[in-house]
Amino acid sequence: MVNLKINGIAVSVPEGSTILDAAKLANVRIPTLCYLKDVQCVGSCRMCLVEATGARGLVTACTYPVSEGMEVRTNTPRVRKSRKTTLELILSTHKKKCLSCVRSMNCELQKLALEYNAEEDRFGTDHDIKPVDDLSASVVRDNSKCIMCTRCVAACDNQTIGAIGPKNRGYAKTIGSPYDVSLAFTPCVNCGQCVVACPVGALYEKSAVADVWGAIVDPDKQVVFYTAPSVRATLGEAFSFPVGTNVEGKMITAIKQLGDVKCFNMDITADLTIMEEANELLSRLKNGGVTPMFTSCCPGWIKFAEHYYPEILPNISTCKSPQEMFSALLKTYYCEKHGIKPENLYVVSVIPCTAKKFEITREELGEYTDAALTTRELAKMIKEAGIDFANLSDGEYDLPFGEASGAGAIFGATGGVMEAALRTAAVKLGGSGAPLQFKEVRGTEGVKEAEYNIGGAKVSVAVASGLGNARKVIESIKSGEKNYTFVEIMACPGGCINGGGQPYVHDEVRNNIDLKTLRAQALYDYDEDRSVRRSHENPAVEQLYKEYFGEPNSHKAHKLLHTSYCKREKY
Amino acid sequence: MAQILFEGTKEQMHRLMDCINEHRSEKGALMPVLHEAQNIYGYLPAEVQTIIADELGLPLAEVYGVATFYSQFSLTPKGKHRISICLGTACYVKGSDKILEAVEHELRITCGECTPDKKFSIESCRCVGACGLAPVMIIDGEVYGKVTAADVKGILDKYMQD
Repeated sequence: MVNLKINGIAVSVPEGSTILDAAKLANVRIPTLCYLKDVQCVGSCRMCLVEATGARGLVTACTYPVSEGMEVRTNTPRVRKSRKTTLELILSTHKKKCLSCVRSMNCELQKLALEYNAEEDRFGTDHDIKPVDDLSASVVRDNSKCIMCTRCVAACDNQTIGAIGPKNRGYAKTIGSPYDVSLAFTPCVNCGQCVVACPVGALYEKSAVADVWGAIVDPDKQVVFYTAPSVRATLGEAFSFPVGTNVEGKMITAIKQLGDVKCFNMDITADLTIMEEANELLSRLKNGGVTPMFTSCCPGWIKFAEHYYPEILPNISTCKSPQEMFSALLKTYYCEKHGIKPENLYVVSVIPCTAKKFEITREELGEYTDAALTTRELAKMIKEAGIDFANLSDGEYDLPFGEASGAGAIFGATGGVMEAALRTAAVKLGGSGAPLQFKEVRGTEGVKEAEYNIGGAKVSVAVASGLGNARKVIESIKSGEKNYTFVEIMACPGGCINGGGQPYVHDEVRNNIDLKTLRAQALYDYDEDRSVRRSHENPAVEQLYKEYFGEPNSHKAHKLLHTSYCKREKY
Repeated sequence: MAQILFEGTKEQMHRLMDCINEHRSEKGALMPVLHEAQNIYGYLPAEVQTIIADELGLPLAEVYGVATFYSQFSLTPKGKHRISICLGTACYVKGSDKILEAVEHELRITCGECTPDKKFSIESCRCVGACGLAPVMIIDGEVYGKVTAADVKGILDKYMQD
């Protein structure tokens, strides 16, 4: 252990710790901007400069290692002056159109500028207005707001995509795709990890809010919303609830107060996915189809496979994602049942994900989803409608898509799809006394492996979240080193609870809590509270097969619930 | 910017692949490979950057980022006749910026570009050590001193013929 003092407070920390780590232990706050836990640590923004004995000049707390007897001062006039000047220099090239910015009141730069009394025009205010790239179906980039922290680049590199990077040098430097092509024409998988990494308003989702408001007031349209499993666990953050608060009841009430709309539960098509996917896996095993089978719920993962591993496309389940299954159900089954013309039904999915915005534009999936709203956009609509979210009473989902199983709900966390599948498989193949919990596949580690004995058969599974981890698993399968039966992959680290459409979490919060675990816990708690916890026991799903599909992978099910994939070039 | 089609020969591709294979397993292979690629092609065409990215397992954004960071790398081809205009202090105060303007005007391209017929390319340089001759313009290694904007057309005409 190394002993040092931070602002006179004695702390001892493991060797190799940084000053920032030590300050955390001493409860001393050091401002950061380019540093983001699990994403980037490069010491380029100079916000975390501190005085440290034995160091030449001010040093960056996020990268500087501690040493025995070191004395650190984090808040001297010299340090404060330096940080203030740094902020003023950043502001000199930042488009300061703050009032209407998507990040207004939620911007890390704005917050620091206020704290340090930075003058926004000390070094002038003229800067180039750079073009806005809004051709991508999911992500918009406004480089006039970019402060070059490169957190987005690091997030993209961690995903092993590298669709964006720094270009040119000095004043000409910008962040973006090579050759000024739009992000839409790169191997970007639309995961949106760049968006949730951005400290300012340079990156945001392609908004569908105006379209949805338009449909709500259109007398010819009947508007239905459905919410993805993880949204209940994160929406509260946008209204100052602690991270990990389940706000399902208030969310439903709020959606219904947006206008004359119905609100359904997407967990139902998560359950439906398990029915179709389990059937597909069993038939692959029985008929000698290609294995391991990969899950197909995550549209970021699908596009990744299409760009980088086209050879494994036959291994991916043909099941549509729960979003696309739900929309297909609404425009067919639901419309038929209620005598609604499909073109008059306006289908809105609420999802934690920017990749699902791209997914709804895929031609092969049919035009079933009219708009996909991220958790952030739903929060924005609720605020725009003047709804007092915190004081809402709890509402309930509308029928016939109300109650679902707990297995459907945990789809939102990494390992959730696998656990849901195992729960059903254990009963179908193993009979009574089958277990409900498969803890080996839970948790936020990037790669999880487990082996189960189900009904006498050995089932070997792997779960990966984050595309870098997905790559590791695929490579280990390709090299023959590993052999699995079933593999779950989620593009975002931690799964949908950490999706690119989830509420912005400031670095200060994100660096100091375990965001993924807290959010996932809300889903596992919710699952424990359900009376039905296995997908195949979901009465709504049973009803659907009885009334409409007949059985899994029937002709109708195949037509509406399954899809195909195609190889994509990178550029 | 004038669009110029990429034309690479089989022999150039062989040399590029030899170089990539030589450095493939090294950490930091990108710099030596980009250097050699520029030697082979005279510049770094987009197609070549894409090949380098794929072969070295790097994102194209990273290759492009490095190629645009260092001013010694060029993303545009060089013409048959390479025009270099000194913008060093002595030449500059003697009005070399006016000469650059005149050349750009005459060839209808800007500094750093190549004419669509690949005959001329313009670049700027810093001090060639001939300050006594300022302002200085160099074409294919031949130095023209005390140039005025009015001289430019006449000088270029000599090279137009071939």
